[in-house]
Amino acid sequence: MDIELITNILFATIRTGTPLLLIALGEMVCEKSGVLNLGQEGMVLMGAVVGFMASVITGNLGMGIIAAVLAGALMSLLFGFLAISLVANQVATGLALTIFGTGLSAFLGASYVGVGIEGITAWHLPLVSEIPVIGKIFFSHDPLVYLSWVLFGLVYWCFKRTRLGLTIRSVGENPEAANAIGLSVLQIRYLAVMFGGAMAGLAGGYLSLAYTPLWTEGMSAGRGWIALALVVFASWKAERIMLGAYLFGAASIMHLVLQGLGFEASPNLLAMLPYGATIIVLMVLANDAIKAKLSTPLALGQPYRPQL
Amino acid sequence: MKSLSKILATAALVGSTSLAQAEDPLKIGFVYVGPTGDAGWTYAHDEGRKYVEAQLGDKVETTYVESVPEGADGERVIRQLASKGNDLIFTTSFGYMNPTLKVAKKFKKVKFEHASGYKRDKNMGTYFTRAYQGRYLTGLIAGKMTKSNVLGYVASFPIPEVIRGINAFTKGAKEVNPDVQVKVVWASTWYDPAKEREAAETLILQGADVLTQHTDSAAVIQAAEARGKYALGYHSDMSVYGAKAHLTATVHNWGPLYLKKAQAVLDGTWASEDLWPGIADGTTDLAPLNDAIPADVKALVEEKKAALKAGTMRVFDGPVVNQAGEEVIPAGGTMDDGALLGFDFYVDGVEGKLPQS
Repeated sequence: MDIELITNILFATIRTGTPLLLIALGEMVCEKSGVLNLGQEGMVLMGAVVGFMASVITGNLGMGIIAAVLAGALMSLLFGFLAISLVANQVATGLALTIFGTGLSAFLGASYVGVGIEGITAWHLPLVSEIPVIGKIFFSHDPLVYLSWVLFGLVYWCFKRTRLGLTIRSVGENPEAANAIGLSVLQIRYLAVMFGGAMAGLAGGYLSLAYTPLWTEGMSAGRGWIALALVVFASWKAERIMLGAYLFGAASIMHLVLQGLGFEASPNLLAMLPYGATIIVLMVLANDAIKAKLSTPLALGQPYRPQL
Repeated sequence: MKSLSKILATAALVGSTSLAQAEDPLKIGFVYVGPTGDAGWTYAHDEGRKYVEAQLGDKVETTYVESVPEGADGERVIRQLASKGNDLIFTTSFGYMNPTLKVAKKFKKVKFEHASGYKRDKNMGTYFTRAYQGRYLTGLIAGKMTKSNVLGYVASFPIPEVIRGINAFTKGAKEVNPDVQVKVVWASTWYDPAKEREAAETLILQGADVLTQHTDSAAVIQAAEARGKYALGYHSDMSVYGAKAHLTATVHNWGPLYLKKAQAVLDGTWASEDLWPGIADGTTDLAPLNDAIPADVKALVEEKKAALKAGTMRVFDGPVVNQAGEEVIPAGGTMDDGALLGFDFYVDGVEGKLPQS
């Protein structure tokens, strides 16, 4: 393998991992607050279709991204109303949200199938993109990739260093205690759920406006589900989510590159690579079973009824 | 998923019954494996359904159920369509073969048409399209347009239908450019735009400058457009996704076939048969050719297309040579339909080993 090929593989790895990183970061925050939202796939698709429609209508990609984020957040608000306010079963509500989002996005986007747009183009950062190899791998992406790094930094910092992070965690670990010290459990959960929705919407916008600037039904192709698994295997740690997302991206790319290099293996086996590699690496990292258990938000999936 | 498709099925059936008209129109049902908005396989079938409606007006009444899983769910939907009084039912995916046959045995008066299968009955016919003829023509264009002599093919799964397409494309390219080689990357999916795009990028990285795909989205066209390469679409005209890159596309045109079958039922002349139409009947065709294609290449494509239409030549006329250089079909011979339907080897010019599915 020559250096150009490796550079290109790493470049593509980041591109492939970005939607997973965005979705999984959002879901992690949501789960940290004790809410399990299985509606990722539906929210991603809604973000993708609404973002695409807004871009076509306004002719402005920035508006498209904003619309995608809002669409994801609105979808999660619907989930929040059912699962937080009405105390509905979170698993069932999340699954319903995925089915609803898949269907609604197909309905909304029906007349946008086959419409072409000029997608979001790469933004070569000044100076740093000139650095050989590194510049190409890290600093020649579209703006949403850089945004995903900023968001990663914020989430990481939030849970490492800030009161806000602690607040979200306490609500997810022990809502009764959090309530007792005067935190509004419901309000915090709503905000965490909406952050998750906004991130899923952003990932949808990334797919339909930057990665493959087009709209077709079900274009997220299961990424929402992979991101959900990623959160668990990364044991709710932002840095492991990033590692897992890029590992998955790298293995997905290798599935294709190895074939091109004439590597003789069943493509079906190679197609399993991303799933297998990601699970194994993250499991090794979290090999201490008790530690992994400890990092699961204790109140995850449990609805909270405020004591009146 | 089960309950979802049930809702969809019920909704579609309710929709059709409420439209019932005074005179007795011929009721035609369609079962689709994907959504009508996939811009690919199912979209093409639905265009065919619309064509029948446009041509026959209120003499027919059509219903469709989309995103129907193959297997048990498929059988239930087909049975439902049959019991709701549809006279003719098209089931448009390979996996509906056994379910269709099962229902056909129960509903003797209903006519069934199954796409891409091989099982027939008195009231069940089969049909497919010779898309590989279009592939061959696009291969001619690719062979002429490439500068690197490397062509890239994003494929889904190694089944005869896909292998036939790869071989037809390669045969066309080789005919006009003996130095050409076709690189295949198996995406192991029919539909994942992001993955299809990465597969295309991989091929471009390995020197391919003309791409085509046997997957369902237009992502490969977009990748080619972004990298200043050429691409050949599949299923439908995908030029909107890359005006410069899109040279042409192999398109399906089911309308005339569906019209013929509907008319036959109306006339009482319908009979169970195995139809495999292609270029000659317009079921397979090419999208408009890009102006980047030189006039002499355009003329060559038209000439070969006319020959395929007239039946004076076939795509897999001998010599058909496999990768080992052995003549599978000697000069003067031609591959019969049975061999075409069971294609399990690459022809000379394809790179790499054919994976066993």
